[in-house]
Amino acid sequence: MKERQILVSTLGSLVIFICYAVYVYSRYVSADAGVINDFKFWGKAIVFLIPLAIAAQIIIHIFFAIVNKIVTREDIPVISDERDKLIELKALRVSYWTFLTGFLLAMGSQAIGMEPWVMFVTMISSAFLGGILEGITQIWFYRKGV
Amino acid sequence: MSKSIITNNIRKLRFYHNEMTQQELADKTGVTRQTIVAIENEKYFPTLELAFRIAHVFGTPLEEVFLFDPQKIPDNKVK
Repeated sequence: MKERQILVSTLGSLVIFICYAVYVYSRYVSADAGVINDFKFWGKAIVFLIPLAIAAQIIIHIFFAIVNKIVTREDIPVISDERDKLIELKALRVSYWTFLTGFLLAMGSQAIGMEPWVMFVTMISSAFLGGILEGITQIWFYRKGV
Repeated sequence: MSKSIITNNIRKLRFYHNEMTQQELADKTGVTRQTIVAIENEKYFPTLELAFRIAHVFGTPLEEVFLFDPQKIPDNKVK
């Protein structure tokens, strides 16, 4: 049950991120390539992405709960027990290290004089990759054992 | 045969307690059924608190629910 929920949530994040990236690219970057080094553009892109991702995750969660109830006639567990919390913590560690690595690479790109868009793309990608790896790690621990 | 240092008799104890279901045991101990499944299959070792709660549900001492086999400890960890 939890595995399925995490899988749906992770795939949802993947789809949302790709759709948003394609939308931003086609709407703004393809029209004016110079915008990719504009800090205001990146600020707006990130500020809009966060609430969009949260709202989309809530919708996905509700949709999953309804479909799951219809198909399996089981409710999603409301409690998160000690095993769930341990798995969450271990997965969060993977996510944290992934983002930290991306953050350091992003700072490194600026230290060696690369363009600002490299920093933003590296940071956003590492945050996204961290989220995906968090989901994969959780599924792995649920299957293999803690 | 299990390779774990800690094994358990939960499946047997459930049987002796009127074939208690995993869900019933989960409800009585405040965890999900998946956690009980993982403990039974030795894919998760519970905290001391949960171990005591499980033993309490069956009304048996902890060492009758969970068994420790020191023979299975790898040689490099024995001092």
